[in-house]
Amino acid sequence: MLGALLIVFREVLEAGLIVGIVMAATRGVPGRGRWITIGIAGGVLGAGIVAMFAGVISDAFQGSGQELFNAGVLAIAVVMLMWHNAWMARHGREIADEMQRVGTAVSEGTKPLTALAVVIGLAVLREGSEVVLFLYGIMAQGTSGSALLAGGVLGIAAGAAFTALTYFGLLAIPNRHIFSVTSWLIALLAAGMAAQSVQFLNNAGLVVSLDQTVWDTSWLLSEGSLLGRLLHILIGYTERPTEMQLLVYVAILIAMYVLMRIARPSPRGPMPAAAE
Amino acid sequence: MRRALILIGMAAFLAMGAAAARADDYVLTIKDHRFTPTEIKIPANKRVQITVVNDDATPEEFESKEMKVEKVIPGKSKGVVRVGPLRPGRYPFFGEFHEATAKGTLIAE
Repeated sequence: MLGALLIVFREVLEAGLIVGIVMAATRGVPGRGRWITIGIAGGVLGAGIVAMFAGVISDAFQGSGQELFNAGVLAIAVVMLMWHNAWMARHGREIADEMQRVGTAVSEGTKPLTALAVVIGLAVLREGSEVVLFLYGIMAQGTSGSALLAGGVLGIAAGAAFTALTYFGLLAIPNRHIFSVTSWLIALLAAGMAAQSVQFLNNAGLVVSLDQTVWDTSWLLSEGSLLGRLLHILIGYTERPTEMQLLVYVAILIAMYVLMRIARPSPRGPMPAAAE
Repeated sequence: MRRALILIGMAAFLAMGAAAARADDYVLTIKDHRFTPTEIKIPANKRVQITVVNDDATPEEFESKEMKVEKVIPGKSKGVVRVGPLRPGRYPFFGEFHEATAKGTLIAE
């Protein structure tokens, strides 16, 4: 039972951390509860479908279907996170100002919410499909199934509790700083996802250049340990990154920074429309 | 923005460089949540393809942080795992859904 609990917890933890950060990042944006719910519900539904077709996905593209699927899911999430950060760079200040005045709703549109609902949905889908497959395996085995299943359910509950912990932990950050903190968290999250995505492309046999390992810090911090896992999700910690992973990681961080600089409104009000 | 585009372009160009790589084939079989063979030898510094055959009815996740691989192999099916180039050494792998029994080591030499 403990084994099942741990396996399910590990998977839920990954999606949960992302959900927690996204929830903190959208604090004060009206209608976010609905979008987050849609994201999670869509992800759970998608997880079931992906698990059902695991065999088909796996066999597609000469046996590289699963890797390409994961790489694609991660890549979409990266794009959505970049879009969100650009949007927040432009409108975050207004929302923070609105939040200071009690009771005023922010009238800005729901654009970043759709992007983040997609991010949540994809995270739940990716990790959730493994949980579904694992739990299905337990049920298929019969005999000691019920105890293991109880472990699995407890694992989901523990993962959900961790999500809440992440969220309320981030809420402790004062209003003034919350958007810059969550923007950086999201930038690191996106860079880590991109590095993971390119490794899936490598496993698929598509991106095989620059595949030498740059360093090995498994002796210092194993990616299998709890701290290693947390850092893997949060900042993309990899114990043996390849040159390509490192390149992509840095490239995404730079791209994110440039994008946020461009999107940021000039301090003296709206930019002149005509070129000078 | 331009800098970002150039970087992305660079990455894409590098990616296309060596799209087609030939890989040797090795086979690992999962039965009763155990791997056979439990030890598999491959040449170091070379890209290698391992076919993981899952003879169990239940799904398994072939995983190795050391080899940078994680792949779900549905029950009664098989999957291809590509690893390397690896420096000489021992690389443990395991089945994440049955970690207690499904364990093995890959030796690159």
